[in-house]
This record gives sequence, C-alpha cells and structure tokens, in this order.
Amino acid sequence: MKRPGLVSAAIVIGCILALEVACRYGFIRRSVIPAPSEIVSMLYMLLKSGTYNEAIRLTLSNIAISGLIATVLGFILGVIIHANDFLRRGVEPFLVSYYAVPTFIFYPVLVVIFGVGSAAIISIAVLMSVVAMITSTLNGLDRLPPAFPRTARVFQMSPVSTALLITLPATAPYLFTGMRLVISYSFIGVIASEFILAGEGLGYSISYTYNNFENSKMFALMLFIIVVVSVINSVLNNIDRRLKQRLQRGD
Amino acid sequence: MSIMSEAIAIAPAPEAHAPVAASLSGVTRVFGASGSGMAVHALGPIDLSLYKGEFFSVVGPSGCGKSTLLDVLAGLSKPTTGTAEFEGRAIDGVPDGVGVVFQEDASFPWLTVENNVAFGLRRAGFEAAEVERRVNYALGFMGLRDFRKAYPVQLSGGMRQRVCIARTLVLQPRLILLDEPFGALDQQTRLLMADELLRLWRETNATVFLITHSLDEAAMLSDRIGVMSARPGTIIETIETGWPKDRDSRIVSDLRFASITARMWEKLRVETMKTMVSQEGKLQ
Repeated sequence: MKRPGLVSAAIVIGCILALEVACRYGFIRRSVIPAPSEIVSMLYMLLKSGTYNEAIRLTLSNIAISGLIATVLGFILGVIIHANDFLRRGVEPFLVSYYAVPTFIFYPVLVVIFGVGSAAIISIAVLMSVVAMITSTLNGLDRLPPAFPRTARVFQMSPVSTALLITLPATAPYLFTGMRLVISYSFIGVIASEFILAGEGLGYSISYTYNNFENSKMFALMLFIIVVVSVINSVLNNIDRRLKQRLQRGD
Repeated sequence: MSIMSEAIAIAPAPEAHAPVAASLSGVTRVFGASGSGMAVHALGPIDLSLYKGEFFSVVGPSGCGKSTLLDVLAGLSKPTTGTAEFEGRAIDGVPDGVGVVFQEDASFPWLTVENNVAFGLRRAGFEAAEVERRVNYALGFMGLRDFRKAYPVQLSGGMRQRVCIARTLVLQPRLILLDEPFGALDQQTRLLMADELLRLWRETNATVFLITHSLDEAAMLSDRIGVMSARPGTIIETIETGWPKDRDSRIVSDLRFASITARMWEKLRVETMKTMVSQEGKLQ
C-alpha cells in the first residue's frame, strides 16, 4: 500500500478505535451509536441467519438494473446529442442545470405511473444517474482526436467497425467515469427511494429498524451498505486509474 | 534566367519520364458551397501529376489549402470541380494502395506498438504469419523492435510518429501521403526522421507526397517541390531539385541546398505577406 493509502487507512482505523473507546467508556450512549465491534458482530449474525438476504438481493438487483438502464440509455442519448449540433445547443442548458433540481420531487408522479415498488424505485435511480452518463459520453466524444476517425477512413473501416474498434476504446476512460457515477447515483437513488417508496429492500429495512429502536440492526445494515459501496468504488477506481494511465496521450 | 535558377535546374528529376501515379486536373475545393453560409474557396484550380517513385513536397503559406490538397489525393475529401485520379482511376473514397500519415499523433493508445502496427493488416484480412512477418520487418526498419510490447504513452512523440509510419508502411502503399508528419517534433529529431523517411522511400519505391511548412525539409527530401500560393491555393511554381536518390540529411551543406531554399522563399515571401495582410484586414 502506498503512503497516501496508509494515511487513509490510519484515519479510518483511528476513527473506529476512537468510537469503540467512546462507546465502551460511556462517552457515547449505546442507544445513540453501538460500539463498532458490536455492529460488526451484529452484521455477522444477520448475514449468517439470512434474515435480510431477500432485502439485500432486491436492493442490489434494483441498483444493477437501474445502473444498466442508465448506462445504456445515457450512452445512446449521448451519441445522438453529439451527432446533432442543433439538438445539443438546445439540450445542453438542461444538462448543465439538471442536478440543481432534486429528482425526488418527481416521486409522486412516478408512483402514479408505476405504483409502489421496484419500477418506481428504478425509475428514480435512472432519472438521477442517466445525465451523468450522457455528459460523460459527450465529454469522451468531444475529446476523440480528429486523426482517429480519419485513420479509420484510410483503413476503409465501416461505421460499425470504427465505433467498436476505435471510438469505443478511445472514449473508454470517459465512459467508465460515467459508469462509476451511474453506480454511485443508482445506490443513492435506490436506497433513498426504498426509505419512502417501498415495503422491502435495504433502505426500507434501515427505516423499519430505526422506527422500532433496533439500533444495532440499523447500524449493522448501514455498515453493510458502506462496505459494499466502498469495495465496489475501490475496484472501479482501480480500473479507472489503469484505463486513464494507459490511454493518456501525453508527450 | 537568373543565377539562382541556373543553380537549381541542374538535372531533371529522374522520375520525370516515369508513369503517372496520381494526377489532379482542374481540382478546386469550395467549402460551404451548397449551404446557406458564406462559401470559402479553399483550393485551386490545381493541375498536378505525381510520377511513380518520385518524392514530391508541397510548401505554402498557412491556410493555403495544403492539407485540403492532401485530403483530395487521399480520397478523404471530394473536389468541388475537376478530377483526381490514382493509377488511372478516379478517386472515390480512399483507394487501395494509398497510405496516409497525419500530423497529429494517431497511434492508438489502447494498443501495444506491435498491435498498432498490425492494425491495418488485420483489418485487411492478412493471415497471422504474414502479419507477423510484415510487422517484424516494419518494427526493425523503424527501430521499434525493442518497444514492440510498449504502449504509445511510454514512447516519445518521435517514436509514436514512427509507429504511425510503420502502421502505414506494412500495408506497402504505392502512394504515401504525409501531412506534416514531423510538425510536432524538435529540429534534431526532424532531421533524423527525415533520413529515415528517405531510407523508407528508397527501399519501398513508393511515390511520396509530403506536406510541410519547413523549407529545409522540402529542399532536403524532395525530387520536386510544389510552391503554393495564398488561399485559394494553386501551385505557382514547381522546383526540380536534381538530388541523387541515395541522399541523406548531409545535403544541407551542399551549395545547391541554399539555392533551392532561397528560390522557394522568393516565391513564398510574397504569398505569405498576402496571407498576413488578409488576416490583418479581417482583424480590423
């Protein structure tokens, strides 16, 4: 592990130890936050018993579905907008200010359309994440070196071959950044929606345990989400860094 | 005839009697001609014949349409009027047997050097053994053998341009079009790359068409040099250098070299001033 990584790890471990000490010696009441060791052992018990397996499966599959839809839809819309300058000039102001509008305000509309359940939740997550993929796609296509499509023409490549063998790999770092953002927004969209829109899933379970004063379970489920998000983010970061290192075009 | 003219018209280009490789007849290029915006007459009319096996360079003021001329020869751009032919056939799209090296770095950063060089061969459907043989030859020829597994990001600008030249070379083009391929390189690297280019030209017997801003480069490399006017670019003079085929960068110390460069500048100075006056007029 490199030095900045060591510092990050030390900060996390230091905070956990400080929290453990504060909880054990009564500086923080157990009813507010249980000790980290207690949260970990509760999470182990919950996973072993399988009590929340269905909630975990549902939430992760909703995240995967919304991530997939937002990635594909965002990529296609990005390509269409990039190809049409007139459309782009009309759409760009909306893209720039999109995240100034909280997407959750549309949840009553989505409930009316899709009803309470996964469809409405996935729709909110897609609404939250699709624009990140559109802007990343536009960013990548804008930065495609003009010599690449010209080279493709010299090699007499068809538009499909050019897209698959040149445009896609050349824009891969930007598309991957978009995918990372889509996954992050999908997590936020799905779990937050489950708080208000669902009767199942991890978000609903956290809300349920909170309302029933089951603090240890609530923190255990929160820890589970934090661990899953951190692991996914770390893997994606690693791939992202490698892609950018390999595909950078410096002197 | 001036002393300068006598000095450079020593011998006709050996390719002057060779068959024509490519030709342009009355070629013009007007951008925005069919649209509602203002039309820009970028090029021509140009009449030009490139003889098989010759090294032809084009120099001209910025914005005179040099790259447009190359695009027309490459089949990347259609002439607005006139005809462009390669080996007796009208150019419609990039013809087989034509290779292009661009000024910008066009090496694919996601592929290793050997996969970059093999890219066109694989696209053209060559068998693996033939791909391997040609890639090995090109890598050795361009001094890239030790870097075959490297990615472009690990190479200098000059080496990346060599990768692009090797990628063009392996397809054994009969006409190689070079659009300021050394424009982004420092002077020393440019001289060395020019030597490599001459070696490549001698060994392949291809016809080479080079666009360059550098008068020295044009004087050193070429059998004939086309001097272009300010926009819309036409060829206002063709200079025959009379250099032997087995030349290299050491000819820069030859007295004739200075005469050729001076002759180019004599023509270009006026054209460059016209371009500057026109740009200043636009600013005012």
